[in-house]
Amino acid sequence: MKLFEIVDTPIQVDQVIKKVESRKAGAITTFIGVVREWTKGKRTLYLEYDAYVPMAEKILANIGEEIQTKWPNTIVAISHRIGRLDISDIAVVIAVSSPHRKAAYEANEYAIERIKQMVPIWKKEHWENGEAWIGDQLEKVPYPNGKPNIEVGDMS
Amino acid sequence: MIKILLFAHLQEEIGVKDFEIEVRETTVQQLKELLKVKFKFPNLDNVMVAINEEYAMEQDVIHSGDTVALIPPVSGG
Repeated sequence: MKLFEIVDTPIQVDQVIKKVESRKAGAITTFIGVVREWTKGKRTLYLEYDAYVPMAEKILANIGEEIQTKWPNTIVAISHRIGRLDISDIAVVIAVSSPHRKAAYEANEYAIERIKQMVPIWKKEHWENGEAWIGDQLEKVPYPNGKPNIEVGDMS
Repeated sequence: MIKILLFAHLQEEIGVKDFEIEVRETTVQQLKELLKVKFKFPNLDNVMVAINEEYAMEQDVIHSGDTVALIPPVSGG
């Protein structure tokens, strides 16, 4: 069972959740990222995701380790899909279990923010009148320190 | 010999997924210069480099046999 994986087939949400089930858990949070049709007035027809797969899986696992340091006793599983995705298809699923709900909510949000900063995955938007690879979705200066932010400060 | 991996728009602009260059030792910064000057790469200022699947800094040294990935700003999630 792989807790952190890049896949090129549809993600089964219940299978990702199963990976974090534990008798010690009192909560499981699930984040499901799906393909949105409209972004800032522009209509997306479909998306195409590419990844540097071995490194992406390694960095997803690093994010899992960061979470377990910050929120002890959590279990994290992340699946990200690549290839062509249509509107409403599931691109990413993050499941976090923990003894109490607060940690499960916080850790889950932390995971998606870190994915957007760190993990070598790229999406290409296909619109009615064109296409483009999207970079720097967080609209920050990319990598001011020469590498993606390793430490995340305030998440609020 | 250094293996270079390209992704996203760089892969499309250059037209290949990977290629090899005959270099024994270079820093990340020097490699970016070489790619721009000799291989006509676009601006690489916002592009991160990973050496053997680990993010590297501009002054880190790349050795023969290493695999170097050019990583444009990411957009997963």
